[in-house]
Amino acid sequence: MSDLHFKTITELAAMLAAGETTSVSITHAVIERTAAVDAQVKAFLSSDPEDALAQAEASDERRALGRAIGSLDGIPIGIKDTLAVKDQHLRCASKMLENYVSPFDATCITKLREAGAIIWGRLNMDEFAMGSSTENSAFQTTCNPWNLETIPGGSSGGSAAAMSAGEAIATLGTDTGGSIRQPAALCGVVGMKPTYGLISRYGLVAFASSLDQVGPFARTVEDAALLMEAMLGKDPLDSTSIAPEGETNYAAALKVKKGPWKLGVPQEFFGEGIDPEVKVNIEKAIDWYKEQGCEIVDISLPHSELAVPVYYIVATAEASSNLARFDGVRYGHRSEEAKDALTLFTKSRGEGFGDEVKRRIILGTYVLSSGYYDAYYLRAQKVRRRILGDFEKAFEQVDAILTPTSPTPAFNRGERANDPLAMYLSDVYTISVNLAGLPAISIPSGFTERGLPIGLQVIGKAFGEADMFAIANAFEQGHDYYKAVPAL
Amino acid sequence: MPYEAVVGLEIHVQIKTCTKMFTAAPYQYGAAPNTLTDAVVLGLPGTLPVLNYAAIEKCAKLGLMLGCEIAEVCKWDRKNYFYPDSPKNYQLTQNEEPLCVGGKVEIELPGPSRNVEGDHRWVTLNRIHLEEDPGKLTHEAFETVIDFNRAGVPLAEIVTEPDMSSSTEAVAFLNCLRNMIIYAGVSDCDMEKGQLRCDANVSLRPVGTKKLGTRTEIKNLNSISNVKAAIEYEIERQTSVLEGGGSIAQETRRWDVESGSSFSLRSKEEAHDYRYFPDPDLMPVQMDRSRINELEAELPERPLDKQRRYQEAFKLPFTLTSVLCVNRELCEFFEDALQTYEAPKQIANYITNDLLRELSAASEHGDSALDVGKCKLTPAHIGILSKIIDEGIISKQIGKEVFSEMFVTGEMPDAIVEKKGLKQSDDTDEIEALCLEAIACNAKAVGQYKEGNTKALNALKGPVMKATKGKANPAMLDDLLKRLINKG
Repeated sequence: MSDLHFKTITELAAMLAAGETTSVSITHAVIERTAAVDAQVKAFLSSDPEDALAQAEASDERRALGRAIGSLDGIPIGIKDTLAVKDQHLRCASKMLENYVSPFDATCITKLREAGAIIWGRLNMDEFAMGSSTENSAFQTTCNPWNLETIPGGSSGGSAAAMSAGEAIATLGTDTGGSIRQPAALCGVVGMKPTYGLISRYGLVAFASSLDQVGPFARTVEDAALLMEAMLGKDPLDSTSIAPEGETNYAAALKVKKGPWKLGVPQEFFGEGIDPEVKVNIEKAIDWYKEQGCEIVDISLPHSELAVPVYYIVATAEASSNLARFDGVRYGHRSEEAKDALTLFTKSRGEGFGDEVKRRIILGTYVLSSGYYDAYYLRAQKVRRRILGDFEKAFEQVDAILTPTSPTPAFNRGERANDPLAMYLSDVYTISVNLAGLPAISIPSGFTERGLPIGLQVIGKAFGEADMFAIANAFEQGHDYYKAVPAL
Repeated sequence: MPYEAVVGLEIHVQIKTCTKMFTAAPYQYGAAPNTLTDAVVLGLPGTLPVLNYAAIEKCAKLGLMLGCEIAEVCKWDRKNYFYPDSPKNYQLTQNEEPLCVGGKVEIELPGPSRNVEGDHRWVTLNRIHLEEDPGKLTHEAFETVIDFNRAGVPLAEIVTEPDMSSSTEAVAFLNCLRNMIIYAGVSDCDMEKGQLRCDANVSLRPVGTKKLGTRTEIKNLNSISNVKAAIEYEIERQTSVLEGGGSIAQETRRWDVESGSSFSLRSKEEAHDYRYFPDPDLMPVQMDRSRINELEAELPERPLDKQRRYQEAFKLPFTLTSVLCVNRELCEFFEDALQTYEAPKQIANYITNDLLRELSAASEHGDSALDVGKCKLTPAHIGILSKIIDEGIISKQIGKEVFSEMFVTGEMPDAIVEKKGLKQSDDTDEIEALCLEAIACNAKAVGQYKEGNTKALNALKGPVMKATKGKANPAMLDDLLKRLINKG
């Protein structure tokens, strides 16, 4: 067996163009790799190799006729279970949607298909994207390929683990508070959350609408940039999507943009709660940028300490409303115990949702309740604007901000499962970025002594993806962490 | 202690648009159940609402018609409640920042009799906001079925101030409001089709006091007679509670048509906490001032303004304007006919008597959907008919016959007169002979006339008219008979 499954999109695109391989071969490699390792990793909830191969054959036929579309043509991409793919299950890793099949493609899927990509499988996640370890899946617990005893992060844990284990050439995830970047860091791959509005949310099952964004997992920054180029843009089906101003030829731009850059380091992100190994690793990464001639600027994001509580008010409020539609009336789990409309709602929801989802719905319902709205929701929105204000102020001085992605490397399965607050703190460095609507990327920056990956987060200006990619690419290409693959 | 009633209304009006408010699904009344839905209407996972701007424009037009201020920005909120007819279990509505603010509607109270104009007064509005209609539940013997065709239809909610004092005022308000909405082309307001629905708020207070009493809200008033009956019932009920020393409980009541009474649906304590919050999927709507000005310029003349103008400019009596001015198409027909021949009273008479009679007769004969716009008779027909009568070419009596004929065939009145030889006869010799014969045969009537009973002349005119098939010029006949009797 070749190692096609560990190659980058850029490498495979060159091989395809040169006639050195075919989409069918690449897709086969990925299918075989999945068959070989997924019993251990458990990243996929389901997959349809026949369907993937049919798409690959179509891609090869296009290429044979001289109609190859671009870099993504023929590349198998794994899909998080919260993104709608026509005629495939859309379970959101929940019993609630165990038998639900989507009648339409999400806009990001449509765009990937238009770019010739192979839509490959359904990747595990925390139920309805609520969690940081993928332990909240109703179906299975995904393992971190670097150490099967540890969690892959979450909520897009399946996407990160599959990427890391070579079960797809790239994957899609969604990021509401760090759900792409944190698992990317923990699994040693690139994971990126775009500026809010850059990618359509149509077909993404909403968790917290004002925070949710689709984004790519990839082996390299350049691959992530290629995926972003294919997916971005204003969508008539999503009123919050935006046509970006400025540079969007990210992959080409990152080869041209060489710095040196002014990079901000917020002291608040290196204080209490950070794992010492992570701290040392990120400080080393910052030093590397300094050595390359970048100016490192101490900045302050004073309201960032409020990001976690603000997030758990805003996100749960929106979630309590977004998840109300799962009621057993039109689709999804319907309780057999139901006797009337009320018990149809209560029993179906009681049986269909897991504990963490229920916890957040209850919290969100509470903060929106009459008499509490002003004290919680309204206040949280005010703080949210201040968090954005902190970033805007910082970006007057710097081109990007460097932080750790996660305060700790991957933790053991079950370690935080019964301690929601400890679990919520897994996203302490990523959440403020969602609240501010900014783009950010996590790239591999080394390993702990135990051999677990660490991730460096580069936060960009709103719609400043081109610079953010270039800055991340510089570090990546200056190191060979991205070449490391787990031994499975 | 004598009490006075205070009444406020909340009126829901379906806005006539081609597609629903947040998706391209079409809407029409009476389609087979669940055929006018799509993924957005059904609230399938991953769907997002996209605003149909036509609904905004029509609602703005309604607001302008009713004298509201149109907000520069209006926003969307979610009203959260679980009910099986609500696909998302939240309703998109405008709670905080509605499209139309304030407003006032001129109403005409019933006069002492049908033929006498009543007093006019103004009813103040609080606001008009847009929201989406839910689906429709039908309760059958052992199950409830849901039709989502109606779900997502744009609905304008018109909220009055507690500004009315009786069922009579409420009914007058609804009639005037309905006329204005139809005039503006915003809705057909067919209550049987649910295009206009009404809830009433009723409270009592001691006569002469200002402070509002505790109110109750009565729902399910789907005809104007229900509105009247429910308000009267509630005023009586509250009066007897208060006079019995009791106090009114704030509650929502449901009107039961069968029993002609209302019953408590839920108390204040059981009232829903709707947990309103800003919808994160839709952007605020910026209203373009110049577009509002355009819409304002397109507004039709308000029905009561038109009535005043017709009474003043054309000297039309209330008996005619009250029939004419409730129907914009009739008024347009009337004004077009005046272009052909300026005889307002005669033309108004033809429209309100003959035309409406023929139209309703034609409708009864199964010639359905026959309205002014579709019948063969044009304003020119009536104009010319009036003209040839005034010119003495035909008599009024013959005019009736010509009217019926041209209504059926669409032929011009002068052509009918020509074809059928209906021209008024001025052949004095022939008529004089007939008159002499009539005088000879009706000695009794002649005697009565001579004694001063001028009406007795009619008994002589009859046989002459009959003999000439109505073609005798009535004025000339009068003169001739008088002269012959006096001579003889």
